[in-house]
Amino acid sequence: MKYETQPTLPAPASTIGLVGWARKHLFSGPVNSIATLLIGYLLITLLTPSIQWLFIDSDWVGSSRDACTSGGACWVFISNRLDQFFYGFYPEAEYWRLNLAFVLLLASIIWLIMPQTPKKGLMAIFLLLVYPVIAFFLLYGNSFGLEQVETHLWGGLSLTLVLAGVGIVASLPLGILLALGRQSEMPIVRSVCVIFIEIWRGVPLITVLFMASVMLPLFFPEGMSFDKLLRALIGITLFQSAYMAEVIRGGLQAISKGQYEAADALGLGYWQKMILIIMPQALKLMIPGIVNTFIALFKDTSLVLIIGLFDILAIGQAANQDPDWIGYSNESYIFVALMFWIFCFSMSRYSMHLEKKLHTGHSNR
Amino acid sequence: MSSDISNSGNTPQDNVPKGQLPPESKPKFWNDPRKRSLLFQILLLCGIGMVFYTIINNTLTNLDQRGITTGFDFISEKAGFGISMSLVEFTAESTYGWVFVIGLLNTILVAVLGIIGATILGFILGVARLSDNWLISKFSAVYIETFRNIPLLLQIFFWYFAVLRALPQPRQSIEFLGTFLNNRGFITPAPVAGEGFGLVVIALIVGILASWLTVRWAHKRQDESGKQFPILWTCVGLVVGLPLLAFFAAGMPISLDHPELKGFNFRGGLTIIPELIALWLALTIYTAAFIGETVRAGILAVSHGQTEAASALGLSKGRVLRFIVIPQAMRVIIPPLTSQYLNLTKNSSLATAIGYPDLVNVFAGTTLNQTGQAIEVIAMTMALYLTLSLLTSLFMNWYNAKMQLSER
Repeated sequence: MKYETQPTLPAPASTIGLVGWARKHLFSGPVNSIATLLIGYLLITLLTPSIQWLFIDSDWVGSSRDACTSGGACWVFISNRLDQFFYGFYPEAEYWRLNLAFVLLLASIIWLIMPQTPKKGLMAIFLLLVYPVIAFFLLYGNSFGLEQVETHLWGGLSLTLVLAGVGIVASLPLGILLALGRQSEMPIVRSVCVIFIEIWRGVPLITVLFMASVMLPLFFPEGMSFDKLLRALIGITLFQSAYMAEVIRGGLQAISKGQYEAADALGLGYWQKMILIIMPQALKLMIPGIVNTFIALFKDTSLVLIIGLFDILAIGQAANQDPDWIGYSNESYIFVALMFWIFCFSMSRYSMHLEKKLHTGHSNR
Repeated sequence: MSSDISNSGNTPQDNVPKGQLPPESKPKFWNDPRKRSLLFQILLLCGIGMVFYTIINNTLTNLDQRGITTGFDFISEKAGFGISMSLVEFTAESTYGWVFVIGLLNTILVAVLGIIGATILGFILGVARLSDNWLISKFSAVYIETFRNIPLLLQIFFWYFAVLRALPQPRQSIEFLGTFLNNRGFITPAPVAGEGFGLVVIALIVGILASWLTVRWAHKRQDESGKQFPILWTCVGLVVGLPLLAFFAAGMPISLDHPELKGFNFRGGLTIIPELIALWLALTIYTAAFIGETVRAGILAVSHGQTEAASALGLSKGRVLRFIVIPQAMRVIIPPLTSQYLNLTKNSSLATAIGYPDLVNVFAGTTLNQTGQAIEVIAMTMALYLTLSLLTSLFMNWYNAKMQLSER
């Protein structure tokens, strides 16, 4: 007797290729098939006119509303005001200062994110300590031969970035102190920190901004006046530091007790222990959390329009009121939403990627 | 700022061999962690006291110079302005205190509506994202990633200015089944309770009470004897059936007040102002994206072994979901869900940007501008939100304690 292996038959046509994929993922049962068809129908009826309106029927070049004739989106409205959306009312001759600050920021962030680049610690210190000073002198001027630009001229996306950036950088040290205080064994220190954190976390940002704009001037002696932007920044920093403290506390708690005990056993003092042993380990764990609070803060900066600052959303709102361009508010909302979305989405992807990288434990998925 | 007192047991005496110790070698007081921490705390208290003293002092001087008298007397003064929407009677004769109540009720209204909407939509999204159906899970993923990365304020503006304000005038309203949609809002027939409606309400209360008692009794019986009781259908019968019976018995005591177009606007019916609709839509859509992620994480947190073990025990798919997956997932879902609810409530304060008369708008806005009592008004508003969030965290602590895994 002779046994011969039959040649392997190809998989049934209905389980491979596009058909097989569709059967498995789209039409795996009667309920699924109906759902697929329903959602597919909905998407087609919604998406076709949207794409038509957004791209095919839209007008891109021109200088006034007369250029918008094809019935679709009027992107001329946006492109005419692009400078305002990015730079606010900053004098046109000084745009290079904002550009330079932005490029510098982008370069140092890319340096930090890229896995191959050396000296990340130095770069982080530069970004947190030196860069804000450089950016302040670049943006505000009034020294080094730069012309002074009053803060009421700041606006648009650059103001949004300033608010979010200052909010996060200034709240970091305050947040670290609060988090350490909350874990302290001294009852008064601990309760002061807990009360501070819980108060700020318990109230909406808008009331904090109201407080900063109406109450803050009352707190300081007569004659000491604050710029509107500075008041908003103080409010945002206090508010943000409470959230930051909670993120940092989470990171501190993730460090195993053995590390604390080993540092004690080596005879290190409190600050030595924190700065040399705990913080370097904990800060790494905190980065995803910090990025997530940054995303929340970035979106929340749009609230400053309520106290009269012109961030990118406020610029959009103001543009909608322009009598020459009535009726194009959809375009400006979509543009501003896209700007926010690009920033927030890329940051959230980065934070997810970091979480995955840091998550070295076993996972069943 | 702080010191470590965990080493406080190791006084120098422990380390030095006996006999060599000079009698006066007590540690310097700044080397004694206990005394040092006491000093720090006293300094901290003094610092905080000084800051508060300066602030209060400055504030009083400043207020004095501007001629503003502090105090809560303004609460009983006449407000003298109108509010576009109030759940209870409000006239220009009402006091500022009443304005606070109206604003609070409006905040609670939009928060409750938003929580209901966001929970339903969020759970659908969360489950949909885990669906085997590629189209459904991608659709849900795109929804979540789009809406949670766009600021809420922008979404509120979009719904209010670009969608609802752009609707036609009342005369050209969009009509649908006796309801009307126009740029003044959404107008529906209003139910008017007639004589004998009290009976229906009483029946509803009795139904709820009876079903609560039934559930308790049925659980007790099942614990003792293992016999099951059709709880769900009994409760549905009691809560829905009893009021329905009463409704028909009392001769259907509800009539509808239909809206009518008179002149340039509608009379009668129930008008839901566009501010409320815009705020509700934006809060629901925005928060649902976050709740969707929470629900997904919760379901994924139930380990696969649990589902497999349950199937191995022979439970049907529905029972696996009901008795194994959902109870364990809820344990993970509820704490972040509560904080989403709290966020939604705090976010409802953005109402002020479109003029929905919530607490921040009518109280921290109009009242503050009219009276100039910045400190009192802001303090009251903040205190209210603070109370809400403290209540939420109390609930969360209670829930966490109740749901703690009781391990052997």
